[in-house]
Amino acid sequence: MLKIEGLTAEVDGKEILKGVDLEIPTGELHAIMGPNGSGKSTLSYVLAGREGYEVTGGSVTFNGRDLLAMEPEERAAAGLFLAFQYPVELPGVGNATFLRTALNAIRRARGESDLDAMQFLKLARQRLKELHMPEEMLKRGVNVGFSGGEKKRNEVLQMALLQPRFAVLDETDSGLDIDALRIVADGVNALRGPEFSALVITHYQRLLEYIVPDRVHVLMGGRIVRSGGPELAQELEASGYASVQAA
Amino acid sequence: MSAVTETIDTVQSVTEGTYKWGFETDIDMEFAPKGLNEDIVRFISKKKNEPEWLLEWRLKAFAIWQKMEEPRWAAVKFPPIDYQDAYYFAAPKQKAKPKSLDEVDPELLRTYEKLGIPLKEQAILAGVEGAGEVPADSRVPVAVDAVFDSVSVATTFKERLAKEGIIFCSISEAVQNHPELVRQYLGTVVPQGDNFFAALNSAVFTDGSFVYIPKGVRCPMELSTYFRINAKSTGQFERTLIIADEGSYVSYLEGCTAPMRDENQLHAAVVELIALDDATIKYSTVQNWYPGDEQGRGGIYNFVTKRAHCRGKRSKVSWTQVETGSAITWKYPSCVLLGDDSVGEFYSVAITNNFQQADTGTKMIHVGKRTTSTIVSKGISAGRGQNTYRGLVRVLPGATQARNYTQCDSMLIGDQCGAHTVPYIENRCITAKVEHEATTSRIAEDQLFYCRQRGLSEEDAVGLIVNGFCREVLKELPMEFAVEAQKLLQISLEGSVG
Repeated sequence: MLKIEGLTAEVDGKEILKGVDLEIPTGELHAIMGPNGSGKSTLSYVLAGREGYEVTGGSVTFNGRDLLAMEPEERAAAGLFLAFQYPVELPGVGNATFLRTALNAIRRARGESDLDAMQFLKLARQRLKELHMPEEMLKRGVNVGFSGGEKKRNEVLQMALLQPRFAVLDETDSGLDIDALRIVADGVNALRGPEFSALVITHYQRLLEYIVPDRVHVLMGGRIVRSGGPELAQELEASGYASVQAA
Repeated sequence: MSAVTETIDTVQSVTEGTYKWGFETDIDMEFAPKGLNEDIVRFISKKKNEPEWLLEWRLKAFAIWQKMEEPRWAAVKFPPIDYQDAYYFAAPKQKAKPKSLDEVDPELLRTYEKLGIPLKEQAILAGVEGAGEVPADSRVPVAVDAVFDSVSVATTFKERLAKEGIIFCSISEAVQNHPELVRQYLGTVVPQGDNFFAALNSAVFTDGSFVYIPKGVRCPMELSTYFRINAKSTGQFERTLIIADEGSYVSYLEGCTAPMRDENQLHAAVVELIALDDATIKYSTVQNWYPGDEQGRGGIYNFVTKRAHCRGKRSKVSWTQVETGSAITWKYPSCVLLGDDSVGEFYSVAITNNFQQADTGTKMIHVGKRTTSTIVSKGISAGRGQNTYRGLVRVLPGATQARNYTQCDSMLIGDQCGAHTVPYIENRCITAKVEHEATTSRIAEDQLFYCRQRGLSEEDAVGLIVNGFCREVLKELPMEFAVEAQKLLQISLEGSVG
C-alpha cells in the first residue's frame, strides 16, 4: 500500500504540489490524469526521490515505511520503479551491463545472490521474448540512439526484469504508436497481480483502454481534485479537464 | 684473545662488512647505500655481473644525466626531489622459500588477487616451494614476469615460449644470455640522453623485462609483467625492451601496484619497443600505484619514458593505458612511424582523484609514407585532481598521405578538479591529414538519478558512467585486464561524489 498524505513539494522555490492525498492499496492500479503543469511529473520525481524536488510537507509511506526518508536507490530496492517520461542516455554503457548491474544491486538489497552473466542473459532473453522485443536491445548503449518508442520499450523491459512491487509510469504512452503502446500495456499487465500496484500517469485516455485502472484521479493545480472508476477517464476524454475544474 | 680484543674484532668485522658490501640487512632487502654517484652505477653493474660495454653505457648515461636538469614543462607540481636521498638498488634477499601461500605476505597476495592472478600462479610468483611451473594448459594463458622492486623473481611459461623461439625473461638474464640482441637494440629507441629521467634510468636501471619474438611467430599467449614497488624510499628503474621481428605479433601486459607508503617514491622506467616489417606489438598498461592519501600525502611519482619505433613496413604498435594510480604521472607513450604504411595507436584512460596529478599523452611522429595514427584519450578528474592531455602529432615532409585522428575527451566530477588539453600539431606535408576532436563533460545529474532509481548506489552509478565514458579505450584491453581495469576505475573514484 502506498499512502500519500498532505504532500507538498516545490521546485526552484516554486510550490508545485499543494497537498496531495492518495492511497493505492496493494494489488491495485491507479491512473493519474491532468493537464500540463498540474504537477504529475513532479509527483513521480518526489516519489522516486530526485534531487531538486523538495518536499515541504506531508508524508508518503510505502508498506508502512517512510519513503521520503530513503535514498533513491533504497526506494528502488524496496520495490519502487519509475518508468521515465524522458529516459536518460548513458553513452558507452551497454544495456545488458546496465540491466544486470541494476538487477543485481536490487537482488543484493533483498538478500538474494547475484545473477552471473549467463543466468542474466537467459532471464533477459525470456523477458524480451515476452515483450516481443529484439535481442539486439541488450547490445546497444543504454538509450543511446534509441527512437522515442524504443526508449519507452526499454523502460518496460527494465521493469519486467526488475519486477518492482510498485511502478510509476510517467507518461510512458507519449510519443508511442499503437503497436508500441500495446507492447507497453502488455508489459504492465503482465506484472499485475495481488502483490503489484502501479500509478499510471497520462494525458490521454488512450493508454487506459489497454491498461484498465482500478481508480482514476485527476490532478490539477497540485491537488487531486476528483477521483472515480475507469469511467472517469472516458468522461474526461469526452468533456476535457475544464469540466472538472468547473465541477 | 682478551674479551676487549674480541669485541674490537667483532665490531671491526661487522663495520667493515657493512662498508665492504654496502648493505642494510635489517629487513629482507639488500640495499646499495643511499645516494647516486659513479660508484653506485659501478656497484649495480657489478652486482648484476654485466659486461664491460654495458657498464660503459651506464657511465655515459650517468655523465649525461649529471649535466641535465629536471624537466619543468609538465603541468605538475611537486617539491624538489633529492636524488641523493634515495636507494638505487634493492633486491629481495635470498631466504628460505615459503612452504605454502600461508607463509607469504598477505598484502602481496591481496595485490595479486586484486590483479586477478590465479592462485596457482600466485604461488609461483611468491616463490612458494614446489609450486612449480604453471601448467601449460592453464585456462588463461598469461605468462608472467614479476618484478619486485628491482629483481625479476619468477618467470613462468618459459618452456612453452621457448618452443616457439620466443625469448621472455628479465633484462638482466637477457644481458647474460642474449647479449648480442640487447646490445643491438638497447637505447636505440630511447637513447641515454633522451631526457632527464631516461638518462637516470639508463645509468641505474636494475631490472625489467626483455622480449624477442622471432620472425613470423605469433606469440601464443599474452605476456605479462607485474611491477611492484616494495621497499621504502626506493626508486624503481625498470628497463623494458621488446623486439618484434618481421611478421611477428605480441601482446604485452604491464600491471603496476605499490603498497601504501607515506613517502613519495620515484619511478622512472624506460620502455623501448621495436617493430620490424609487418610486426605488431600491443602494449597494455594498468597502472595502480599508490596515489597518496586524501590529503595528498605520499604516493608514487611516475616519470616514465615509453616509446616505440615502427621501423618496418606495415608495422604496428598499439599502446593502451589505464592510469588510475600514482601521485604524479608524467608519461607519453609514443610511436615513431618510420616504416611506410606503419600504424601507431594510443588509447588512454587517466583518472585523477584527491590530489593526484596526471600529465600524459602521446607523440606520433610520422616519417614514412602513408603512416597512420589514432589517439583516443579519456581524462577523468575528480576531487582536486588535475588532468592534462599533452600530445604531439608531427608529420615530416616525406610522410606523404599520412593520417592522424585524435580524440580527447575530459570528464569532470565535482567542482575543484581540472582538465587541460594541450595538443601540438606540426604538419609539414601537404598531402597529410590531421584531425583533432575534443570534448569536456560532466556527469549529468539526470544520469546519476536514472541509475540510482534502478537501484545503483551513487558510487556504482559513477563507476558505470565513467566506464561507459572510457569504453572505447577499455575495449582495446585484453579481456582479463579489462575486467580488472573496470574495477580499478571504480575504486579510484571512491569518495569522489556525495
